[in-house]
Amino acid sequence: MTTSVETRSAKPLTVRESARNKKRRKGSVTLTVLTALMAVYSLVPLGWLLINSTKTQGGLFTSFGLWFDRDGKFALWQNIHDTFTYNDGIFLRWFGNTLLYVVVGAGGATLLAALAGYGLAKFNFVGKRAVFAIVLGAVAVPGTALAVPTFLMFSKLGLTNTPWAVIIPSLITPFGLYLMWTFAAQAIPDEMLEAARMDGAGEFRTFFRISVPLLAPGIVTVALFSIVATWNNYFLPLIMLKDPDWYPLTVGLNAWNAQSTTAGGEAVYNLVITGSLLTILPLLAAFLLLQRYWQSGLSAGSVKE
Amino acid sequence: MAVLQPAVARRRRSWRGWQFVGPFMLIFALVFLAPIVYSIYLSLYRNQLIGGNSFVGLDNYTRLFQDSQFWESFGRVAIFLVVQVPIMLILALVVALAIDSGRLYGKAFFRVSIFLPYAVPAVVATLMWGFIYGDQFGLVGNINDAFNISLPNPLSPHLALASIGNIVTWEFIGYNMLIFYSALRVIPGSLYESAALDGAGQFRIIRSIKLPAIRGALSIATIFSIIGSFQLFTEPVILQPLAPNAITTYFTPNLYAYQLSFSGQQYNYAATVAIIMGIITMVIAYVVQLRGNRES
Repeated sequence: MTTSVETRSAKPLTVRESARNKKRRKGSVTLTVLTALMAVYSLVPLGWLLINSTKTQGGLFTSFGLWFDRDGKFALWQNIHDTFTYNDGIFLRWFGNTLLYVVVGAGGATLLAALAGYGLAKFNFVGKRAVFAIVLGAVAVPGTALAVPTFLMFSKLGLTNTPWAVIIPSLITPFGLYLMWTFAAQAIPDEMLEAARMDGAGEFRTFFRISVPLLAPGIVTVALFSIVATWNNYFLPLIMLKDPDWYPLTVGLNAWNAQSTTAGGEAVYNLVITGSLLTILPLLAAFLLLQRYWQSGLSAGSVKE
Repeated sequence: MAVLQPAVARRRRSWRGWQFVGPFMLIFALVFLAPIVYSIYLSLYRNQLIGGNSFVGLDNYTRLFQDSQFWESFGRVAIFLVVQVPIMLILALVVALAIDSGRLYGKAFFRVSIFLPYAVPAVVATLMWGFIYGDQFGLVGNINDAFNISLPNPLSPHLALASIGNIVTWEFIGYNMLIFYSALRVIPGSLYESAALDGAGQFRIIRSIKLPAIRGALSIATIFSIIGSFQLFTEPVILQPLAPNAITTYFTPNLYAYQLSFSGQQYNYAATVAIIMGIITMVIAYVVQLRGNRES
């Protein structure tokens, strides 16, 4: 137990130390201004989205893009209302689908990555080298290159046009596995596992009782990145799903946008813009609220060499 | 990769680890290995209305090597890779170094705001930038009206690729910045102290301490960016209705494979495109990784 306390407190100390050193240096206005330019570049399109979600379909065309519609009315609430009720409230259905894919897909991906990362870091087992080699090799295969063959396979299995077609491929995140693996190797002292085994605890009990709490920052990080990947997924649901009732938000929003270019379709740019805003808000909120966890999880993942 | 040898307890080898690794590997086999094997199988066959499914050996591959549309699309993502990836990674690195230098006012604000675009789905990012680029109610149109000028259309054939590059750069600068910044943060403070004692300046510290220390992060970010460039799909496919003349059905290899499968029903040939792109990506990622390791 003593060793574990020592190893765990060692890192924060050095970080704090270097932070103290840095504080002594004084701020630079030039550097701040240059970085501010990058921040402006990052934030302007988001500002554009926020401003234009307050405009009516007509107001979009008559007002300046980076300012509110001074002649028209403030239509944000109306737009939100219309987004949720347009087409019998299909947007809400898409929102629910996205949540389903995220909870089951990203949740499952995080669990599988945590289990496997822990297994690779803390056990020596037959075939471990083969696992290394196969996973590493497969990481370089472009995911979208696999999408078409996966679609053909799934359509033979009768899985296409069901939620499973989107969920099953989301369950695997090689990057998550890599992160959990490096994280587990450092965060869990072998002595603790030995002690738990001596006490006669089973492997899974040890994992959930002792290891999971130590892995928490890594798990939050992997969960967040899997959530983003699933929430933002477009190619996979696009090819797997035909029925708009199963669309996630990304595919649905683009279908709304495409209406304007199809003959007889109604242009609903104001709803596309407001829908986009509503799509990104939950993710932005999650990242802002969970900052402390994922930032420490990422740092720990990069301690190496 | 040096990162891949975490300390393992020297215990007797057993099968116990499989309890933990098994579930991952099972799904992995279903969604990674099986599609790879299946597409290799597909690429060796041809399905015709008359004659049905027949083994054709390497015919699909010979056809691919003579397919000018494929090579044009490949050339396009290669240009994209050579131009966009360095710009994005250098900007991300500069921001990460600036934030890490401790000389910024409001560093927490910058770290978060530059990272935010990563949380925006590629679809939404492209819709947004597509509106901004557009001349109807986009910023480009606004600026033209306001100053009575006419800026070149970002969605014209010779600018479309650069406009897509801008969208991808916007999406991923923050993500790469964060990877670099996380790696910079764990450099032991004692290294800086001894450098300061030796009288090393900031640029010298960056060159001799910081960059070598984050080499692993740099090579991982480069490999991910290369894979991402070769997979380019969402951005062009969503901009296509806005720029039908600029963005062809074979604009990128992925778009081409998609087009072949879902409009042309040429699944066998599409699988061949996927395999060749997979091999090219693996080779390039491998070379980059080897170089990264040799230099360190």
